[in-house]
Amino acid sequence: MATMKEALTSPIFKNNPIALQILGICSALAVTSSMKVTLVMCISVIFVTAFSNLAVSMIRNHIPGAIRIIVQMVIIASLVIVVDQVLKAYAYAISKQLSVFVGLIITNCIVMGRAEGFAMKNPPLASFIDGIGNGLGYSVVLFSVAFVRELLGSGSLFGIEILATINNGGWYVPNGLLLLPPSAFFLIGFFIWILRSADKEQVEEEEFKITKNTRSVKEAF
Amino acid sequence: MEHYLSLFVRSVFIENMALAFFLGMCTFLAISKKIQAAIGLGIAVIVVLTLTVPVNNLIYTYLLRDGALAWAGFPDVDLSFLGLLSYIGVIAAIVQIMEMFLDKFVPALYSALGVFLPLITVNCAIMGGSLFMVERDYNFTESVVYGAGAGTGWALAITALAGIREKLKYSDVPEGLRGLGITFITVGLMSLGFMSFGGIDL
Repeated sequence: MATMKEALTSPIFKNNPIALQILGICSALAVTSSMKVTLVMCISVIFVTAFSNLAVSMIRNHIPGAIRIIVQMVIIASLVIVVDQVLKAYAYAISKQLSVFVGLIITNCIVMGRAEGFAMKNPPLASFIDGIGNGLGYSVVLFSVAFVRELLGSGSLFGIEILATINNGGWYVPNGLLLLPPSAFFLIGFFIWILRSADKEQVEEEEFKITKNTRSVKEAF
Repeated sequence: MEHYLSLFVRSVFIENMALAFFLGMCTFLAISKKIQAAIGLGIAVIVVLTLTVPVNNLIYTYLLRDGALAWAGFPDVDLSFLGLLSYIGVIAAIVQIMEMFLDKFVPALYSALGVFLPLITVNCAIMGGSLFMVERDYNFTESVVYGAGAGTGWALAITALAGIREKLKYSDVPEGLRGLGITFITVGLMSLGFMSFGGIDL
């Protein structure tokens, strides 16, 4: 049972798919300018990762090695089509806002990566949990980015005004930069910095070691 | 002609796949440590995008779109929900065919691009190109131009990033920011630079 819990919680912080495994960044940035859209995106991704892991894991012993990628791709694509159609039917406005990014869940490396890396070797239940865990890890990053972007960029959360903006007679001048693409890169960069400062194990090796100063300060001057 | 030129410039600079839409980020960050590799991957992306977007355009216009099957006697059939599955199938197939073709006829190019080709199937930029083509309702010629432009833009961005990263490894970066963190911030700055193209309207 401990391993189940491990599978669920370790991807959230210790082995975060975005911050550590560099997976699924494509959509992480584009959909984070408002919380509502982010929430829908996260639910879709968790759904697709969990069920694609489950499905791949159930048939893992019957898939010939040579065509496994195509089989996984078909499973994932079918699940994404389901999500896409449901969104179009019940949340048309949000599905318009997400535009191509729902379709791009297919090529989201988290889904493929977990199907290939975990579900092909593990039993269905563990894979299902792992899928949820990785989906949650993805959501944590997305939510923290979306929180900052929407709060400071338009002064609201989930469309509800938190900081009264100048336009509505309040005091807060919205920072327009945060609604533009570059801010998402900065925020994720900082998020990784915080995560890695807290957990030193995740710090990457230096590629090029800068040698220490050999002369003493007194000598140099 | 002017229309196509403007479309090309727009897809290279203003609507840059990597820096404005964040597409193909995974490979963008993973393969940008060396300029040589980045150029190879960039060229492969240009070729694949220029091929897949028009092919998907044909498939969408003649098979999937609402009423597209009228030529076969099914004027009421709307298969557009099968879009996602068909596009990814087409992309996977074209990449596979290209790999075999290059291996047989242009071995030099194959050995240069070979390692990157399988990666391209799961590159969101390729899929994104097809999806944007459908969303924006491009016709066949426009989709050729758009595919080539989007690919060129992506290749340009990854080559520039690789150039910066090659220099960046000699700098003293704070511990937690080393590697991925600083790369993100660099890409953010590049994206800020590309935004200055935003006002250009041809």
